[in-house]
Amino acid sequence: MRREPRWTTAVRIAGLGALGAFTAVPLYVMVTTAVKPLDDVQDTFTWLPSRVTFRPFITMWSTVDLAEYFANSVVVASSAAVLSVLIAIFAAYAVSRYRFPGRNLFRVAVLSTQMFPGILFLLPLYLMYASIGQATGVLVQGSRTGLVITYLTFSLPFSIWMLVGYFDTVPAELDEAALIDGAGPLGTLLRVVLPAAKPGIAAVTIYAFMTAWGETLFASIMTDSNSRTLAVGLREYSTESSVYWNEVMAASLTVSVPVVIGFLLLQRYLVRGLTAGALR
Amino acid sequence: MAVLHQRRSRAWTAPYLLLAPALVFELLVHVVPMLGGLWMSFRELNQFFLRSWVSAPPAGLGNYRFAVDFDGAVGAELLRSFSVTAAFSLLTVVFSFGLGLGAALLLQRPFRGRFLVRGLFLVPYALPIYTAAMIWKFMLDRSDGVVNAALSGAGLGGGNFWLLGGNAFLSLVVTAVWRLWPFAFLALTAGMQSVPGDLYDAAECDGAGPWQRFRFITLPVLRPVAQVLALVLFLWTFNDFNLPYMLFDQSVPSAANLVSVHVYQSSFLTWNFGLGSAMSTLLLLFLLAVVLLFLAATSWRRRAS
Repeated sequence: MRREPRWTTAVRIAGLGALGAFTAVPLYVMVTTAVKPLDDVQDTFTWLPSRVTFRPFITMWSTVDLAEYFANSVVVASSAAVLSVLIAIFAAYAVSRYRFPGRNLFRVAVLSTQMFPGILFLLPLYLMYASIGQATGVLVQGSRTGLVITYLTFSLPFSIWMLVGYFDTVPAELDEAALIDGAGPLGTLLRVVLPAAKPGIAAVTIYAFMTAWGETLFASIMTDSNSRTLAVGLREYSTESSVYWNEVMAASLTVSVPVVIGFLLLQRYLVRGLTAGALR
Repeated sequence: MAVLHQRRSRAWTAPYLLLAPALVFELLVHVVPMLGGLWMSFRELNQFFLRSWVSAPPAGLGNYRFAVDFDGAVGAELLRSFSVTAAFSLLTVVFSFGLGLGAALLLQRPFRGRFLVRGLFLVPYALPIYTAAMIWKFMLDRSDGVVNAALSGAGLGGGNFWLLGGNAFLSLVVTAVWRLWPFAFLALTAGMQSVPGDLYDAAECDGAGPWQRFRFITLPVLRPVAQVLALVLFLWTFNDFNLPYMLFDQSVPSAANLVSVHVYQSSFLTWNFGLGSAMSTLLLLFLLAVVLLFLAATSWRRRAS
């Protein structure tokens, strides 16, 4: 590759600098606010803390019931992610390896769910869950089960789409060899296709987890005091008479770090799946 | 490769069994409730009938007539909320797309530390939406918050209320772009990776400048990804609820009153769910029309070329 002319280097540095500042300043504010004493965040904003303190990371657990919300979010998001990926694996395997009537209809139908306004099915779903509870005695509305069922379908379309892309890149000769060895379709999936698509499965799992971890609309209606997740719970720092901004930021940082690290580690597999999916 | 199992496996039911769990859950959470929403939009469903919603009296087209009567208060508010959403959605898509494309191009050539810059750019998208909203709420809050401090530091005034009145719209767009542009960057980077690197070198040898290389190599390869990306960004922003809901709490200013929030508030605050369902059905019909137009335009273009 040739050396680029000087003016493009200048454009690159200026452009990346501007984008970097736009991205980084809010992140800087989050981190520094989390280590400020309360007086600092109630006064006029300053770029540097008057002194660095880690007290917000301790007091945030007692100001609101953060531990419980955290536990609820972990249970809901992990269950939704695991179930969603399992279901997506089977569906993607069918779409990738079989030609059957309704195949294209299924693909279009799954993607078109992206178009539905959540607000349109929020209330009917709420009423439906409540009715299921009345009829069968199984508590769905207001429980973590209801949230898990709802969230797993939110990540399902994208997961299926990505995994079809990954499965298609696994050569059919490998399937054939396994079939000759006497493996059934399920055995082929487990022994041949899944091992080859591991990175794709990891990427889809973090995506499904992030989707459930960040959802707010359904969480605000479908949870009660026992099943409240972080998306709803973090608002409680603000509904007190004064806002504990340092604790808000400490809590935000704490709940963000795991998903951010997971996403950054796995994003290149997500990129590969996006390319595979879009180019067909 | 697909014919593989078809020939060997006698069980034609196998693919359907594999699809069954996905189908059941999609039907349960998306399709059935959506049909329920349609049904509700033709009913007079208010707090009196909520416990026994099946017996809500029919309303015919009443809810729809009420929603699109733009001379009445309800219709006028819906129209206003709709135009706010359209403006918000267009601006957010254009800026997210532009920044994403710019960053993808600037990071196309490898250099030392590129993966760090890339990682930084992706962080806002990786954050949960409510955290992103909280950060901006804090920055925009109060007359002596971060944004005002930065503005007065740069001699550009300051002391504005960013979460009230007309400024709320700008705040919403900036926050949405901040969180969404990394997704555009990610998708476009993915699209560019399918351009063979030696194609650029060959073009450069033939004397093609950066603009020509972009116009005749990058752009054609990027088109399919870019089209899908633009559509998805549009649908996401048009249906967005989380950001305004977290940014403004219960009192969303009318300049930032997106349709989803508007429907939510007119359903759950006034308990008029029939009207709310009619409004969301209109929203769905509009999005359906946009998607169909988009599909028609892209397939027409493909056939023409």
